[in-house]
Amino acid sequence: MIRVVLPAHLRTLARIDGEVRLEMDGPATQRSVLDALEARYPVLRGTIRDQVSHRRRAFVRFFACEEDLSHETPDSPLPEEVALGKEPFLIVGAMAGG
Amino acid sequence: MSRVRVLVGTRKGAFVLTSDGSREQWRVSGPHFAGWEIYHVAGSTADPARLYASQSTSWFGQLIQRSDDGGETWRPVGNRFGYDGATGTHQWYDGTPHPWEFARVWHLEPSPSDPDTVYAGVEDAALFRSGDGGESWQELPGLRTHPSGPSWQPGAGGMCLHTVLLDPRDPERIYAAISAAGAFRSDDAGKTWRPINHGLKSEGIPDPDAEVGHCVHRLAMHPSRPDVLFMQKHWDVMRTDDAGGSWREISGDLPTDFGFAIDVHAHEPDTVYVVPIKSDSEHFPLDGRLRVYRSRSGGDEWEPLTNGLPQKDCYVNVLRDAMAVDSLDDCGIYFGTTGGQVYVSPDAGDSWKPIVRDLPAVLSVEVQTLP
Repeated sequence: MIRVVLPAHLRTLARIDGEVRLEMDGPATQRSVLDALEARYPVLRGTIRDQVSHRRRAFVRFFACEEDLSHETPDSPLPEEVALGKEPFLIVGAMAGG
Repeated sequence: MSRVRVLVGTRKGAFVLTSDGSREQWRVSGPHFAGWEIYHVAGSTADPARLYASQSTSWFGQLIQRSDDGGETWRPVGNRFGYDGATGTHQWYDGTPHPWEFARVWHLEPSPSDPDTVYAGVEDAALFRSGDGGESWQELPGLRTHPSGPSWQPGAGGMCLHTVLLDPRDPERIYAAISAAGAFRSDDAGKTWRPINHGLKSEGIPDPDAEVGHCVHRLAMHPSRPDVLFMQKHWDVMRTDDAGGSWREISGDLPTDFGFAIDVHAHEPDTVYVVPIKSDSEHFPLDGRLRVYRSRSGGDEWEPLTNGLPQKDCYVNVLRDAMAVDSLDDCGIYFGTTGGQVYVSPDAGDSWKPIVRDLPAVLSVEVQTLP
């Protein structure tokens, strides 16, 4: 089970309270987590990664276990604590006012 | 009794303002999609309950929302805007080649005959079409791949396709305008396009008479006379009587001919409205006085309309998609400001009052006239 924390705008958009818990088969990677997340919440398609290029949107970052995973490749394994559900995979919108 | 529904897009959400035909008492609904930029909300004339909204942020990209009940409830539909084929480059601000990149939908234009058909003008400039109520979008690539495309440059707000006009007489004819490439026309339902900028003159581009490169801010058409178009250009108010074959300036006695919004009275094809803005470097009304100007002669001669509008210390802007007209017998004129006011004139501009004063900055205003 993978725990995912979304930024407020995306929780509102997808009508999610709190964390998302995803049951997944196979290795936990950014790609597999996002694929599972978008399959469960199709409205999130295009909001975290571009629908055409599949690149992470510029103002979105991925954190877990006090590390910035944004620049890891999409198929790199996520930390074991994330794969085991001990730590959440954090999807974070860039901090900015306005 | 007839009613009106005003669809307002703002920097922080959408609002729906409704009133009966008197346009005196208003109900305000919103914010819808709070916190998101709503560049445009548009209603179908074929089915007034069908609305489309462009919802975006720089953080989380583009969504399209659809309502089938006049804005009471919404649901997200398709948001995959993929350019068709190789994208190539346009010019960046510094003149270097820059790859075409989708940023957002600026304008939604529903078909007058089919509520499921809607066009989207996007940044970087391209025209998309949906035939299934917004569930899927296909580019009409003939515009973006016009041979002049590699020379197009963005305006200060981005290289946006901000105006889409559908000829009510001829479903094959579509007009589009791009900042800062100019105006274009298709006579084959969007397959091929020609620039229609003959007669425009713009200082600050290498060839002031060039066929493309003009910063067209907005086009307006009266449905009874679709060969006549009015244009608010960066500077200059222009008119064509031959579907863009040639343009002539009609700025006449305007105090400044810079501006963004332009629209036409619902029942008088030669009555035109603009909101003059001081200059391209000072985007607010001249002398701090918010004045709409009306021409009843199709241009050249303009009268200021001030009754009910602030006449001192007013430094708001009125953006290109933020003016609209209803089609009640006494034509109502509406516009929104970057200061969050939406004004209505129920008497064709003779008097004005604010419907709301304190919304987020208004990006767009549309009006539906309902039975």
